[in-house]
Amino acid sequence: MFEILKKRKLAEGVTEYVFNAPKVAAKAMPGQFVLIRLDEEGERVPFTICDYDREQGTITLAIQAVGASTMRLEKMNEGDAIHDMVGPLGKATHLDVEKILLVAGGIGVAVLYPQAKYLKSIGKKVVCVMGARDVSLLAYLDEMKEVCDELFVTTDNGSFGEKGFVTTVVSRIFEQDKNAYDMVFAVGPLPMMRAVCNVTRELGVKTIVSMNPVMVDGTGMCGGCRLTVGGVTKYACVDGPEFDGHEVDFDEVMNRNSYYREIEQKHVCNLTGEVR
Amino acid sequence: MADMNVVRQHPIEYDPEVRKHNFGEVTEGFDEERALLEASRCIGCKNAPCRKGCPVEINIPEFIGFIKEKKYFEALASIKKTSNLPSICGRVCPQESQCEKYCIRGIKSEPVAIGTLERFVADRFLNEEIEVKPVEKIGKKVAVVGSGPSGLTLAGDLAAAGVDVTIFEAFHEAGGVLVYGIPEFRLPKAIVKKEVENLKKMGVKVELNTVVGKTVYLSELREEYDAVYICNGAGLPMFLGIPGESLNGVMSANEFLTRVNLMKAYKPNSPTPVKIGKKVAVIGAGNVAMDAARTAMRLGAEEVYVVYRRGEEEVPARKEEVRHAKEEGVEFRLLTNPIRIEGENGKVTKMVCVKMELGEPDASGRRSPKAIPGSEYDLECDTVIVSLGTKANPIVTESAPELSVTNRGLIIVDDENRTNLPDVYSGGDSVTGAATVILAMGAGKNAAKAILKMFNK
Repeated sequence: MFEILKKRKLAEGVTEYVFNAPKVAAKAMPGQFVLIRLDEEGERVPFTICDYDREQGTITLAIQAVGASTMRLEKMNEGDAIHDMVGPLGKATHLDVEKILLVAGGIGVAVLYPQAKYLKSIGKKVVCVMGARDVSLLAYLDEMKEVCDELFVTTDNGSFGEKGFVTTVVSRIFEQDKNAYDMVFAVGPLPMMRAVCNVTRELGVKTIVSMNPVMVDGTGMCGGCRLTVGGVTKYACVDGPEFDGHEVDFDEVMNRNSYYREIEQKHVCNLTGEVR
Repeated sequence: MADMNVVRQHPIEYDPEVRKHNFGEVTEGFDEERALLEASRCIGCKNAPCRKGCPVEINIPEFIGFIKEKKYFEALASIKKTSNLPSICGRVCPQESQCEKYCIRGIKSEPVAIGTLERFVADRFLNEEIEVKPVEKIGKKVAVVGSGPSGLTLAGDLAAAGVDVTIFEAFHEAGGVLVYGIPEFRLPKAIVKKEVENLKKMGVKVELNTVVGKTVYLSELREEYDAVYICNGAGLPMFLGIPGESLNGVMSANEFLTRVNLMKAYKPNSPTPVKIGKKVAVIGAGNVAMDAARTAMRLGAEEVYVVYRRGEEEVPARKEEVRHAKEEGVEFRLLTNPIRIEGENGKVTKMVCVKMELGEPDASGRRSPKAIPGSEYDLECDTVIVSLGTKANPIVTESAPELSVTNRGLIIVDDENRTNLPDVYSGGDSVTGAATVILAMGAGKNAAKAILKMFNK
């Protein structure tokens, strides 16, 4: 069992959980993910590791309540425990470039925050563009202000920061200086990552994205997480989860990710009696 | 003396029309009367050719001899001298190409139903608590990577010899392919659970949710344990590489079966669902393909096709599985090769196939199929399950580059299942590529022997 040691609300519908998971924490690296299962009958759901503390033996996950399992998790409290956690899975991030621009959409900031901390710890300049639909959905704002040398914030509706999308800011940054950054690391919802890739592709700036497809085993056995990268079939669980965004077939990923949505929503109805 | 007049007995099977709608076991096996009749058919050959066909060399005439005398416990003890999991092997071994293939009775009539007799003996004691005799510890520790048939077998042998064994399992449940791959109607999960419980009683520890190569590294295991046995099974599923395989509705047999078996997608409102359409095409004709086809049937598919590019004789699945599948209404489209999958709105609607004919035998000795020009046709379907076998799993080997592997990523071992590292052994699908439960068990036995030899025991 994996106890929830801390729980706090990050934004509307987004919660940060600190789990007691010493074995996972001992090996976790930025960019890797875990699969969790709430109870004996639960599904296996993948989440990117947001933070880890080897000494305390803890793993931090930021989870948006969107499906049956995540909504049930949101109702759990500190002291409660989930049945299973396995990881760290996937490959760790390799940010071996001089100038990197972090771009976060929605909850994607949870994945980029530890990367930002890491970059700062090795003495690199930390610049991030983060955005969300609405101010209520901006997570880790204070933390990012703290760690970033430069931080740009956008909201779709202008309720905080600049009105517009992260892509607007990314375009402007590169308009001002074509060689401003060697690499962009974008994490967020699929349409956002695709939009960022469309901007940077024309500029020829390498862009890494973090994929979160449907998985079952997460260890290279079922093939459910396959996606096409540069015309080749890759498995997000063992080859990823990070890929060259310019090579990812986003249309295919988006189509595949929608496959179980209908059932998922039906589930929510069955569990809560609510109609979404 | 064998009764030469008795014909081969058949186990009690449920009506296909009924069983294709539920996940209950298809056959009940033998009752005592049939078992005794069947046992009476065994000649008890001195040279026992059947044993040559058994990867774990069960003393077949001996255990059948005990059945004849109704000494069932002795029969089980005889099997257990060389096989730890008889209730499983009796169900899933390809007997027709192993022990039963060499049975003398098979020359003039039908071979003795050795597998069904094995199951009969094992099942009689299934619900009895086994007595674990305390074993003197030899002061050695072995780590086992994976809890499938190979790991369970090796763990049993080593624990019985006084070794401290710890099994590391990636999933949340022990059993490997026995729980995620083979369906309930062919191997009830309660049996696997029981076997795992029995090992725990013998002192074997099982660490779930632990991926060797990620959660813990091979190098760490080598430091902490006197030997390591890698049996992490097969990995990445193979696809055809034809257009349309990324459409929704196309999945590997591994994914389909794992969702249904391990994640219990067959239960209504299961948190892990599986979508199954009305018309399901399974590509491939091995045992896994039969499992997938028959599972699809049970989940409510109206039409299930097995699409295979070679002919009936080349079908690699056990004969019994093929027969069961046909009885349950699975339609075989043999000498048929899919060339592309087409869909609408991102979802499969049909598979375009071409008819094949068999040409000259290829390097593997099988006659290689060739497409018949102009024979393309559409096979309407809304689900495609790809069951073409698997490639090596990269997780352990990538994290331990010191381990020698083939260019296909399979671990290289000698005839004692030793890898290039002196204290590391490997067996099962991680060495052979996708194969059978019994071969994996044979490798486990072989490696256990070699490890004990290394310990001078």
